[in-house]
Amino acid sequence: MEYDEKKADRLGEESPDCRLFFFAKEVWFHMTLGRIHSLESMGLVDGPGVRAVVFLQGCALRCRYCHNPDTWVMEGGESCTPQQLTGRLLRFQPYFGQNGGVTFSGGEPLLQPEFLAECLALCRQAGVHTCLDTAGCGLGEYGPILQNTDLVLLDVKHHDPEGYRQLTGRSMEAFDRFLEQVQEAGVPLWVRHVVVPGLTDGAEHLAGLEWYLHTLRHIRRVELLPYHTLGVHKYAALGIPYPLEGTPSMEREALADWNRRLNETCCEKENL
Amino acid sequence: MSIDVNCAAWQGFRTGEWRHLVNVRNFIQKNYTPYTGDAGFLAGISTKTAEVWKKAQALIIEEVQKGIIDVETHAVSGIDNFAPGYIDRDNEVIVGLQTDAPLKRIVNPFGGIRNAISALEQYGYRLDPEIERHFRLYRKTHNEGVFDAYPKRTRLARSAGLLTGLPDAYGRGRIVGDYRRVPLYGTDFLIEEKEKDLDLLDGAMTDERIRLREEVQMQIRALKEMAAMAARYGCDITRPAENAREAVQNLYMAYLAGVKENNGAATSLGRTATFLDIYIQRDLERGVLDERGAQELMDQFVIKLRLVRHLRTPEYNGLFGGDPTWVTESIGGMGVDGRTLVTKNSFRMLHTLTNLGTAPEPNLTVLWSKDLPEGFKRYCADMSIKTDSIQYESDELMRPMYGDDYCISCCVSAMAVGKQMQFFGARANLAKSLLYAINGGVDEKKGVQVVPDIPLDTDEVLDYPKVLGNYKKVLSYVAELYVDTINIIHYMHDKYAYESSQMALHDTLVERLAAFGVAGLSIAADSLSAIKFARVRPIRNENGIAVDFEVEGDFPKYGNDDDRVDDIAVELVSYFSAELKKHPLYRGAIHTLSALTITSNVMYGKKTGATPDGRKAGEPFAPGANPMHGRDRSGALASLNSVAKLPYRAVCQDGVSNTFSIVPNALGKSDGERTCNLVNILDGYFIQGAHHLNVNVMNRQLLLDAMEHPEQYPTLTIRVSGYAVNFSRLSREQQLEVIKRTFHQQM
Repeated sequence: MEYDEKKADRLGEESPDCRLFFFAKEVWFHMTLGRIHSLESMGLVDGPGVRAVVFLQGCALRCRYCHNPDTWVMEGGESCTPQQLTGRLLRFQPYFGQNGGVTFSGGEPLLQPEFLAECLALCRQAGVHTCLDTAGCGLGEYGPILQNTDLVLLDVKHHDPEGYRQLTGRSMEAFDRFLEQVQEAGVPLWVRHVVVPGLTDGAEHLAGLEWYLHTLRHIRRVELLPYHTLGVHKYAALGIPYPLEGTPSMEREALADWNRRLNETCCEKENL
Repeated sequence: MSIDVNCAAWQGFRTGEWRHLVNVRNFIQKNYTPYTGDAGFLAGISTKTAEVWKKAQALIIEEVQKGIIDVETHAVSGIDNFAPGYIDRDNEVIVGLQTDAPLKRIVNPFGGIRNAISALEQYGYRLDPEIERHFRLYRKTHNEGVFDAYPKRTRLARSAGLLTGLPDAYGRGRIVGDYRRVPLYGTDFLIEEKEKDLDLLDGAMTDERIRLREEVQMQIRALKEMAAMAARYGCDITRPAENAREAVQNLYMAYLAGVKENNGAATSLGRTATFLDIYIQRDLERGVLDERGAQELMDQFVIKLRLVRHLRTPEYNGLFGGDPTWVTESIGGMGVDGRTLVTKNSFRMLHTLTNLGTAPEPNLTVLWSKDLPEGFKRYCADMSIKTDSIQYESDELMRPMYGDDYCISCCVSAMAVGKQMQFFGARANLAKSLLYAINGGVDEKKGVQVVPDIPLDTDEVLDYPKVLGNYKKVLSYVAELYVDTINIIHYMHDKYAYESSQMALHDTLVERLAAFGVAGLSIAADSLSAIKFARVRPIRNENGIAVDFEVEGDFPKYGNDDDRVDDIAVELVSYFSAELKKHPLYRGAIHTLSALTITSNVMYGKKTGATPDGRKAGEPFAPGANPMHGRDRSGALASLNSVAKLPYRAVCQDGVSNTFSIVPNALGKSDGERTCNLVNILDGYFIQGAHHLNVNVMNRQLLLDAMEHPEQYPTLTIRVSGYAVNFSRLSREQQLEVIKRTFHQQM
């Protein structure tokens, strides 16, 4: 697929949150609206424990293996207020137990910063553990978001700027900016990395990743995610050619050794 | 008073009221040892057990292939009508079979001679002609009695499939004797107590008093026969059990009498593990038993329970899927005093799944509470993930209503052990009822008037208030008809097929529950939602009967935690329950209601035309209270939340069944995480007042493979509704329906 960098940049720059102003009884109400792709009430693989996962609409990256191309555009999905979304998420609070909670995923949740920050704050208020599943490619200012984030699932697409650009179609700068602020805020990290045959696999690549991860702090877990083809049908439905046509999916077992090694060498031994 | 309170059998037990009158709960409370540890103490299978199980399992696999092993055709059902039988006499620690050989079935003609003979013929057997002649000429059966009394309206509703699965041609089952009374007291004492009751049952000879006097006499006779039957195996059950082996053995003899005498649809065991633990614990402390021996007792007991069979017609098995007997054992729970009722023997009972492998029976039911010991919770979740053989029911919900010595009968029906019994009532078809509301009470498949005085809907687009109004009229009619029908059935069952051995193990003045049921709840709720929130156009035939529907626009669907439609489901069951309660029941029984279909959701679907939710004619319903397959799109917890809204207390008080299937990888990344996550899911579901959950952790692919290569999966067990089945014994249609169900997964 031809990657249209200009279009991607435009997408990234567009401010996704719309503000609606109502005038009623001499009071100005300001309401943030967010756009949601979907809600998975039981996500048990995106963060610790039993979690309700909300997928926010919109992403500026065009990762060649993306399995959720239907979340790319900002315009799609369903619109709602932070209160509405949080209300739905908190219906699942009884299931969270000691370690579960809510995960904001996407798309790229950072593209809706005000909405996201308000949702996180509301979850925190309700005593719910909050998790942010992100590739770190947002709009640059993350203070209000990280303030109410308990754990960041950080998708490290590639450790090398050139590799990053080839894989995602964008420069690594936005990611670095986010990473800097996350490290500053001291939020614990679960690093995730998708291993794609021919693109991000092999000992050399993974050793490079390991070296890169050694430069980071607060890593609590590393998850190597095997490339899968479960999202391919969405490309056909959206009429987009699939960039990795013919790439075979990968078995989790094939990554077991590396997964173990990275968790041993890159993580800080703190109990979550 | 025949028992010396200082007798050897009771030595070492703490005293209490239980020593002077029948009160098993009091005995348990005074003597049991709660266990809050983990599963580390459990022992493997013994050599003897392995030998017995090897032989039994070979027979079970042969039976799966052949359909049936053998039938005793020269005698009919009865407590002491059969010679003793063994699997492997030298290695059997617990003895007793229904007939003189394992898996050899009993003919029970008391429910209905025609059904019994038809079942025999279809398997290629013939009843002893002398017996057949006697039944045809001299002995009226339950089935004949019922049909003598049925009004035309019941026959119509029955043949249209509005009421289905009624126990009018087979044993009603669901009666759980307090089998623990036999090891604790011995039959001599129980007979004395019944004789005292009989003397007290004097006074004006009203219908009820006459009936009860006759029944108590039958119970006394049954206890004597039970002792005679046990004696043939060399077991003396007339006196209290003196050790753990006798306790297990004598308890089993009491249960065995029930399944020799009756062919009840469900013949559940009760709540026995913690009771038996008291005997095991005493023997362990005395040093006369070790853990291996204790596990051996439970394993051998469970082998016997796995061999219980009934002779049923292939159609019956078609309806219920496989060959279920619902030997339900309720495990765990909390006491009203806050102590857990989990003992080491609760673990041992579940551990039989490891030692003997998975199996649908006994139907292991964990009474769940958030307060259960963590070690036990984790062990249950772990066993669920490994075996798909456990169901969970909310102890928090039931304990306040039934006390802490209740058990589950069949799938979801709670009753206080020995104090309550149930009149089983099958179920009414809510989806078909809705079609009657649209079609003027005329059956969409048969074209006959089943419900009178309902106006025919002629609107181009269905109008919600109008349809709902007519629907309620239909439901009111169905409720009255349903109560009348159930009254007839149980009047006749008491008269012609009374379960004397099981009732002998109840208090004489027993409380009766009448369990009504609904099928097609999610279809009815989604259909009403479609009419309310989308535009539904009926496609009518030349008689104005809607045979299909066109739905324009989207509508909220039950199973997504959306109150707009979930409230409709709640309104439906609440309304129907209230309507049932307007009509008094035989013997003052209490109305209860379940949303439970077992596997008959396939059959109900077959008999029901297309529905306004977009379901095509003949398509299966979702089972029990489950959302319709594939419509629960917001993930598993949203689906659970929808079901959790259905009210249990005073409404669906016979149970709300939900079956939950999830692929292993979606449950977590490691075994430890999966176990912990499942515990949290169970806690979260039941904290909201939900009642029941079946848990299957499996891949759809596995089932597809098992369907194509059944020989490779002879013991694959899955939970389908309120019970587990051997997957290979389901009909192909049922297998396909199970595969179509929502498997919660995540990309």
